[in-house]
Amino acid sequence: MEIDDPRPVPEPAHLQVPPPEAGLRPTSFIQPDLPLTDPSVLSAPTMLRIERLNLFYGEKQALSDVNLTVSRNSVMSFIGPSGCGKSTLLRCLNRMNDLIDDVRIEGRVLLGNTDIYAPETDVIALRKRAGMVFQKSNPFPKSIFENVAYGLRIQGQSDRTVLEEAVERSLMGAGLWEEVKDRLKDSAQGLSGGQQQRLCIARALAVRPEVILMDEPCSALDPIATARVEELILELKREFTIVIVTHNMQQAARVSDHTAFFWMGKLIETGLTENMFTNPGHRMTEDYITGRFG
Amino acid sequence: MSRLAERFRQGGVFVWFSGTLLAFCLAMILSLVGFIVAKGMGFFWPSQLVQVQTPEGPVLGEITGHEPARGEETEKVQFRVGNRDVYGQDFRWVPSAGMGVPEYPADALLIERLEYGPFIGRIASLSHDGHLVSTGPVALAEAMTRLQEANRLRRRIQSIEKGQVGDLNRRIEKLRLSRKKVEAAGDQGALQALDAKAAALQTTYDQLQTSLEQTRTEAKAWTLSLQTVDGQFKEWPLGSVVRMIPANAMSPLEKLGVYLSRLWEFVADDPRESNTEGGIFPAIFGTVMMVLVMSVLVVPLGVITALYLREYAKQGWLVRAVRVAVNNLAGVPSIVFGVFGLGFFVYGLGGTIDQLFFADSLPTPTYGTGGILWASLTLSLLTVPVVVVATEEALGSVPRNQREASLAMGATKWQTLWKVVLPSATPGILTGLILAIARGAGEVAPLMLTGVVKLAPAMPLDGTFPFFHLDRKFMHLGFHIYDVGFQSPNSEAAKPMVFMASLLLLLVVVILNLFALNLRRKLRERLGGSTF
Repeated sequence: MEIDDPRPVPEPAHLQVPPPEAGLRPTSFIQPDLPLTDPSVLSAPTMLRIERLNLFYGEKQALSDVNLTVSRNSVMSFIGPSGCGKSTLLRCLNRMNDLIDDVRIEGRVLLGNTDIYAPETDVIALRKRAGMVFQKSNPFPKSIFENVAYGLRIQGQSDRTVLEEAVERSLMGAGLWEEVKDRLKDSAQGLSGGQQQRLCIARALAVRPEVILMDEPCSALDPIATARVEELILELKREFTIVIVTHNMQQAARVSDHTAFFWMGKLIETGLTENMFTNPGHRMTEDYITGRFG
Repeated sequence: MSRLAERFRQGGVFVWFSGTLLAFCLAMILSLVGFIVAKGMGFFWPSQLVQVQTPEGPVLGEITGHEPARGEETEKVQFRVGNRDVYGQDFRWVPSAGMGVPEYPADALLIERLEYGPFIGRIASLSHDGHLVSTGPVALAEAMTRLQEANRLRRRIQSIEKGQVGDLNRRIEKLRLSRKKVEAAGDQGALQALDAKAAALQTTYDQLQTSLEQTRTEAKAWTLSLQTVDGQFKEWPLGSVVRMIPANAMSPLEKLGVYLSRLWEFVADDPRESNTEGGIFPAIFGTVMMVLVMSVLVVPLGVITALYLREYAKQGWLVRAVRVAVNNLAGVPSIVFGVFGLGFFVYGLGGTIDQLFFADSLPTPTYGTGGILWASLTLSLLTVPVVVVATEEALGSVPRNQREASLAMGATKWQTLWKVVLPSATPGILTGLILAIARGAGEVAPLMLTGVVKLAPAMPLDGTFPFFHLDRKFMHLGFHIYDVGFQSPNSEAAKPMVFMASLLLLLVVVILNLFALNLRRKLRERLGGSTF
């Protein structure tokens, strides 16, 4: 799903990532005990906790020893050059990687108190808790109403009033209600690109997930549609926890509370977004943010 | 660079080449259809009756052919003289050398009859109950008016025979079967009750027969005395006349009336005279019904197969082998499928069903003989590869991101397939169905072994419970063409029927396809910009 970046990633010697055990780690990783400047973030309980996650595609290691926590009702953005594993990590969070053959995952991911890779975990139930919005908007070839109602329908909900109520609430939540309320029966594929993406967000909202995972949700949208989705993210944060993968540094700066920077399958640095962008703790982060590579 | 080389480089030559070939193909198809239309559609137009003098006597008939002089053979003209009961044959070749001047007598008459093909000649007189009523031209005029009444009577007799009598027969047969059961059980009281019922039915039956006999006598009361051009006489009941056409005395408008009435009879009536006359409605109906039953059977069969092959089966050499085998199934000669259908469906499945559920009526088979169900099943086996291939393609072309969207919502794989993938793939599946219909509707060989007959006594769908009679034998346009054209004793007379039946078969296939195409278009619109 990643767009290959033709530019070679420079690997100056001083940028070689030290092993996690080396001295860099304590300063660059958010640890639960680390002092945090934003009191709201400080008080927020942990929503997602990723512990020593390794992921292999066959022999190739795509993620190495990732440790990360995401607080409730915050926005976490994953940044990094193409192929750095940020989308792969995102897809670990609702086990979408299970669909790919030959994937091996080590480590733990906790959603609330559930270890999502525990053998007894129900993948179907997990995915209801972690909604996903994709890079390319992918509404079903059904009506707008049926798109939003889909998640409830597959849960066996067929009560018309419940569905109507949920569709209206979700479309309002996604800021699309005013635009489509008179044509709910029309095909979703007649909507514009930005509307389609917001419809996909509404579809994810309808099942009331705890976490919304967004995989470069604005990469195919024009600036105005992008701005609307960004506004939406800031609003949704009040109710949901959001993890967003983005290529757009400004977007990460605008919407996220925390940022995690990945390079070559490793988490290089994570912290409060304002700190990351004003005072990065690692040379590579600084180089990437300032556009010197990536 | 020379100009030719430049044109080769630009590809212009190949555009012309492929365009020419396309035009050639179109021309072939158009000429095929045009040929069939021209040969078939003219058949119903009443042609002039020509009378000529020959050394052997006068000849009266329609001119149907012409053979130029070749070597020792002189130039000859073919006449359709009719009167098979008098002359023994319908056609006669007359050497044009000794032929006098052709005349077009206004009182010459072509009479379509229920038996022996047409009579061509004149009406000498009309009688009622053996008493002479009128002669000459007056008799013709009166016969024309009486004909409508006679035709009405005939239709009434037919409807009584088919409807009420058939119904009674079925009830009597049912009663006989239940009597057999009761007899085996030894219940005397029930036996008596059944016998009483049977007696009552028999009485109704006898009454019906009496009234039928009366109507028949009434229909036979009026008789025509017909005279051939060479002076032979023939008595013919007016009740057995379908149409009287004084072609030479008719205006084009009247001829058009005859044309339309004949065309309607052809499309909407039952066949007569071992299929060489009358209509082919049962064959049209049988073809359409067989194709519909086949479609109903082949779609689930093909879609489920493709779904498993594509979505569930572990892709490996076994699946590849199965896929190759399925594709090769499309290349198996259809008669092989017919033999399989006869052996497996008719004798195997049908025989077992008979023993389990219809043991009462054995040894008369119910399902253990050819029938529309077995024919449709055989054809659905024949066409299933097309549906499987098309469905696999369609499933593969459903965008991956839609499956992911559904799975990410917490849908199971089955829910994703059922609610997202299959609806998106439906237009592609219908493409497969369209191809299957095109293949299946024209197939004849396997049907001959599994249920098609020359003349089916009853339709596979009618007003008697349970309405669908999938065990019944049926008629089929393709087989009709073969039968009329090549198995009939009078194939020369039936030649135009062959072309008309071919035309109708083409039309049926086109209409069925248009129906499926329309369905696909509607679905695509509903899906909006679907990819397949």
